[in-house]
Amino acid sequence: MSELAATPVARLGDRALGLAEAFGDFALLSMATLRALARPRFPWRTVLVEFEALAVRSAPIVVVTAAFTGMVLALQTAYSLTRFGAKPYVGSIVGLAIVRELGPVLAALMVGGRAGAGIASELGSMKVTEQVDAIRAMGADPVQKLVLPRVLATTLGLPFLTVFAITVGIGGGMLVAEAQYGIASSFYLQTVTSVVRVSDFASGIAKTFVFGWGIGMVGCAVGLATTGGTVGVGRATTRAVVIASIFVLVADFFLTKLLLLLPTDAWIGALARWLGGA
Amino acid sequence: MGEAPLAVEFRGVRKAFGGVPVLRGLDLAVREGETTTILGGSGSGKSVCLKHMIGLLRADAGEVTVIGREVTRLSESGWVRLRREFGMVFQGAALFDSLSVFENVAYPIREHQSWPEERVRERVRSCLEGVGLAGVESMFPAELSGGMRKRVGVARAIALEPRVVLYDEPTTGLDPANSRRIGRLIVALQRQLAATSVVVTHDIELCFAISDRVALLRDGQLAAEGPADVVREHAALRDFLEGDEPLPPAVARGAMEGGSHG
Repeated sequence: MSELAATPVARLGDRALGLAEAFGDFALLSMATLRALARPRFPWRTVLVEFEALAVRSAPIVVVTAAFTGMVLALQTAYSLTRFGAKPYVGSIVGLAIVRELGPVLAALMVGGRAGAGIASELGSMKVTEQVDAIRAMGADPVQKLVLPRVLATTLGLPFLTVFAITVGIGGGMLVAEAQYGIASSFYLQTVTSVVRVSDFASGIAKTFVFGWGIGMVGCAVGLATTGGTVGVGRATTRAVVIASIFVLVADFFLTKLLLLLPTDAWIGALARWLGGA
Repeated sequence: MGEAPLAVEFRGVRKAFGGVPVLRGLDLAVREGETTTILGGSGSGKSVCLKHMIGLLRADAGEVTVIGREVTRLSESGWVRLRREFGMVFQGAALFDSLSVFENVAYPIREHQSWPEERVRERVRSCLEGVGLAGVESMFPAELSGGMRKRVGVARAIALEPRVVLYDEPTTGLDPANSRRIGRLIVALQRQLAATSVVVTHDIELCFAISDRVALLRDGQLAAEGPADVVREHAALRDFLEGDEPLPPAVARGAMEGGSHG
């Protein structure tokens, strides 16, 4: 085998096989996680602990990122709009961009970096010190004990963080619009609410459930696949962040495309009528 | 001959990692109620062998029987129930860093029993006393010395009074005094629990201090097996002690990753 691995073609083949195997493992782990959801002795306590560690403690970095993105977005937008004499409509563009795209994706990238790395390094360390084997040896299931709580925490936490990010981002834009360009806050908010629809908000938030699930799964899958001692843990951590970030960006494109094809406005209208009638 | 029934039996077990064979048709028998030591150098496949007994690894070929059950193709959920009968002491103790000593020892109890908290507390206390570590319940693994961690690992392994206790390199990384203490602990627990013990080690002193039977592994196969005082005189053991045994092919080729499959 070692002689074969020397030729470039064989190395490429090895790589491709390794990638296919990694995808297979990932799919199996995802399915095992879904099955673990329905298992008795649901690990509520661990879910809460992980929610605190992975979601609640990610709030500061998400908020700072969102605030400055909103601010710089207002600067850039106002600068561009001035050329068309449309400067007062900064709020519309900042609002739409943050609600539909920047809020969800930036929150996901931040959580992907912070929580993805955290999960991969923690599970990676547990793997190389045989703690994962110890869980199995005691007749427990590592998927239920380790994977499920972390994946649930990122899946349910990211939508909340995104709501924060959107609020703070629009607020940051508002500060800059008023301080720098003299646009009254009330007018700014009016331009936001007149353009941004509930369906925009819903499509932004809907994506984050998928991002959260993906970030948690990638962190866990990469962490549990760790080999090679402490060096391996370092490698796994880096890999988890890279894969989680790429996952978020690629999934974002396809989800956005999908959501644009769906008649979300009609659904939300129907929902609103139903709620109004009830 | 009226000997005790077998707790573990391997027949022609083969296991390879990434094309490198580690177990090469291993035959092995562990009798119930005895302490059997699996002796061997690095890369001889002894830890791999131990992990097959509790289903952490699966044989590529051959047959594994534990406590009367053929487990070669047993599903993970089948193993979950069976593992209740086992306790395993890991090489690096493998204590959960995020849990206190108390919660570590209570882990298997909480997993398999719904005892009232008072009974859990009582059981954890007596297990820790049994390994000479009363009063460390509230400490965390990072605050313990290597020897203490190993003993907590032993306490956790015996928490449910298992029928079979597996020890993976119990003295590796310990000073001579702590090594002897662990050896005495293994013997004491053996008497107290009347369990079957399987010890994997390259520590020859420990081996002859605790064993009823010894199995010497070389190159993924059985090189010698029998009562401790018989194996003591075996030629293969002399080779092992003097370093005259041929290197396993995996080590010789330098294809082994670290020593993790020792």
